[in-house]
Amino acid sequence: MNKIHVNTSVNGDNLEFLCDPRETLLDALRDRLNLTGAKEGCGTGDCGACSVTLDDRLVCSCLVLGVEAEGKSIGTVEGIAEGENLHPLQQKFIEHAALQCGICTPGILVATKALLEKNPDPTETEVRYWLAGNLCRCTGYDKIIKAVMDTARDLREAS
Amino acid sequence: MALDNQKNREFKIVGTRPDRPDGLDKVTGRAKFGADAYATGMLHAAILRSPHAHAKIIRISTEKAEKLPGVKAIVTREDFSKKVTGENWNVLENVMAGDTALYDGHAIAAVAATSSLIARDALKLMEVEYEILPHVTDVDKAMGKSAPVIRAGASDKSVPEGLHPNVVRYHESGHGDLSAGFEAADLVIEDTFKTEATHQGYIEPHACLAQLGGDGKGELWCCTQGHFHVQKTCAALLDIETSALRVTASEIGGGFGGKTAIFIEPVALALSRKTNRPVKLVMNRSEVFRATGPTSSTSMDIKIGMKKDGTITAGSGVFRLQGGAFPGAPMEFTAMCAFAPYNLENVKQIGYDVLSNRPKQAAYRAPGSPMAAFAVESIIDELCNRLELDPIEVRLKNASREGTKASFGPKWDRIGLVECLEAAKQHPHYSAPLKKGQGRGVSSGFWFNHGGETAVTLALSEDGTAALSVGTPDIGGSRASMCQMAAEELGISYDKVRTTIADTATLGYNEVSHGSRVTYASGLATIKAARDAVKKLCARAAKKWNIDEEAVIWEDGFAKPSGPNAGDFEPIPLAKLTKSMGRTGGPIVGHFEATPEGAGVSFATHIVDAEVDQETGRAHVVRYTVVQDAGKAIHPSYVEGQYQGGAAQGIGWALNEEYIYGEDGRLQNTGFLDYRIPVASDLPMIDTVIIEVANPGHPYGVRGVGETSICPPLAAIANAVSNAAGVRLKELPMSPVRILEAIKNKT
Ligand code: FES
Ligand code: FES
Repeated sequence: MNKIHVNTSVNGDNLEFLCDPRETLLDALRDRLNLTGAKEGCGTGDCGACSVTLDDRLVCSCLVLGVEAEGKSIGTVEGIAEGENLHPLQQKFIEHAALQCGICTPGILVATKALLEKNPDPTETEVRYWLAGNLCRCTGYDKIIKAVMDTARDLREAS
Repeated sequence: MALDNQKNREFKIVGTRPDRPDGLDKVTGRAKFGADAYATGMLHAAILRSPHAHAKIIRISTEKAEKLPGVKAIVTREDFSKKVTGENWNVLENVMAGDTALYDGHAIAAVAATSSLIARDALKLMEVEYEILPHVTDVDKAMGKSAPVIRAGASDKSVPEGLHPNVVRYHESGHGDLSAGFEAADLVIEDTFKTEATHQGYIEPHACLAQLGGDGKGELWCCTQGHFHVQKTCAALLDIETSALRVTASEIGGGFGGKTAIFIEPVALALSRKTNRPVKLVMNRSEVFRATGPTSSTSMDIKIGMKKDGTITAGSGVFRLQGGAFPGAPMEFTAMCAFAPYNLENVKQIGYDVLSNRPKQAAYRAPGSPMAAFAVESIIDELCNRLELDPIEVRLKNASREGTKASFGPKWDRIGLVECLEAAKQHPHYSAPLKKGQGRGVSSGFWFNHGGETAVTLALSEDGTAALSVGTPDIGGSRASMCQMAAEELGISYDKVRTTIADTATLGYNEVSHGSRVTYASGLATIKAARDAVKKLCARAAKKWNIDEEAVIWEDGFAKPSGPNAGDFEPIPLAKLTKSMGRTGGPIVGHFEATPEGAGVSFATHIVDAEVDQETGRAHVVRYTVVQDAGKAIHPSYVEGQYQGGAAQGIGWALNEEYIYGEDGRLQNTGFLDYRIPVASDLPMIDTVIIEVANPGHPYGVRGVGETSICPPLAAIANAVSNAAGVRLKELPMSPVRILEAIKNKT
């Protein structure tokens, strides 16, 4: 099968890659672009470990084809921190012990960042429903929800 | 190993909540998990799996697949050692089928190709001729007369005569006189309970990257709870020498016991040996469900007698567990944990380990214990309801305490059950009013905990920092607590210690991260290794001062003369001693290698409020409180995390999760959509109370906490749901259909 040439932008960098038309965006990010921050937990859109943004829309990259990245701009966990400065969400996740194994963390950070950009003052229920597509098997979500609420509070106070 | 006079000890770092050392890596996507490793020239592998629950493998034709461009090698059982015996044989039989496929998803062959798409295409070109055999997936049916024999001659000597050959092991324990005990009761309740198999449900599928040469030397990278165990087992299965295989544990995306087992690593190694190229093998989610460790499903008969005042006069249980097509269902743990929270004069438990055509069960967080608690604590709740007694008072009245005889034999050491129950009783949750349609449930739970072979080294650097190497993979933040314990002993700050999970070439053997052993055993080893280093530091100071080593003490990171008699010297800080260590005797390294045996058991009590919709049958947990004895919480945030995670998994097990097999013996729900683990919107906040009743077997009093947290939830939730629904639920999961049916049958 012939590979297809794709031009895209990831975390602000213009990149290009060749991929099989059957490859997912998740495969392309991981195997073609060496960005292994997004994880494959299921490959079927059920766990959210592969969450990225595609032109600012939160998507499961395992449900998007690599070739669909053409001309789009993608945001992954690798693009959340600015240089050595962590994003407040990242800081709060560490502080609140909102991760145990950490495999769900990249997806959850991408998803919550998207939430706070849309809704800077979410209720606990809103956070829980927004994150309902991001499975975490370790934490019971308690500390994750607290970290998100605490970050939102800080960001509101700072602005 | 005696407890230090830790009651009086004032900790500086232990008990605080510093940021975990691997935090940055994990929030930036930099941490490397199993599937995140790549090698130049790497091939990708895929495994062909049986679509049948039970079938003879007549022929495997690989010619077409081999001709596909990009396919480099195919392996079958022929490519593994013919010499393995015992449990290694079982592991091999599970890793790659011999002449029979024993369950839906059993590995039949594997292929390595230049891309994973080609490898998957090649699977479709392989042809396997099967002769389908009768199958059985239900534990009770598997013990029945007409059940197909899954493996003749697999039973061990413990099995009494006259049982079906699928019963492969038998357990019996207890003491006293059961009939006299039941005679003395005012009320006796007897019932049968069932639980379905659930999966550990770690979000990271199994993954590895293997390199093995024809010279028998190799490297392996994999996500595992125990890379030394992987090393030893893979060496046996591939007939190579253990030390010739270096195994490195990747970051691990959850395990909960399921990654103590070995599935794909030997396959990747065999493919690598055949191709002389690195081979990467990653399972997909469906393979994880079909072929890796679910827990056992159970069927249990419980009988308990109680006096009007709440005294339990006798208890008995029969526990039937299927563990798939291999011996090893943890029925003895189920039996031993069942009545552990109770001080009973008359008690008996019987366990059966039964084969069925399901995947080989793997450990899942306190293997066997949650189901036992579900059955026993449900009956206790029913007794309390009928005798109109307070469930916590009854549990206190009959509680196991230091010196009482455990249901399975030994006398209890210092344990913290009463403290947990008292704290639960005092907790505002217990007295909070319930809304209409809600019910409250409580339950206790017990897990043994474990020590195990452990080796640790602590190397001091010239700048006064410490490099700690441990051999137990960090599943939930254990590196933080190791750094805390080392820093506490050395008297330096937390961030001056770096903890690394060392590979198999660097340290002595370490048992897998299981049995809630890491903070206990690797923690104890870390403390002892740090003390070993401290002793050496003191010796250097003694040499400098020209006094006896015994006359030097270590305090807050300084070597000091032990008293006025030792001499009047200026204390020397650690960093100064390490700076000159090259000149004063060479590198300073602390060691500890042993098998600590003082793992203190842990008890917990959970309180749950649940709401049941009488029309739809949907049950929902609205409030949850965990009270558990941690002995000593090194990093309280991660202790709370273990409590919350165990409770959440318990909620899934109680309400949603189950392995669903069709008539054809095939697993019907092989994805997260149909096998639904709790999502954020399903759960409430989970409140935690850490009880600290020091374990005499650890220098700081630590007890493992990872597993006990999943022991009470099934029962506590079932009691809450039953009390809300007004009818006893006896089967898990308590799906809406089951609850509706129970409500319907009640009237
Ligand atoms: S891997 Fe994409 S949703 Fe699970
Ligand atoms: S921290 Fe392990 S899955 Fe979320």
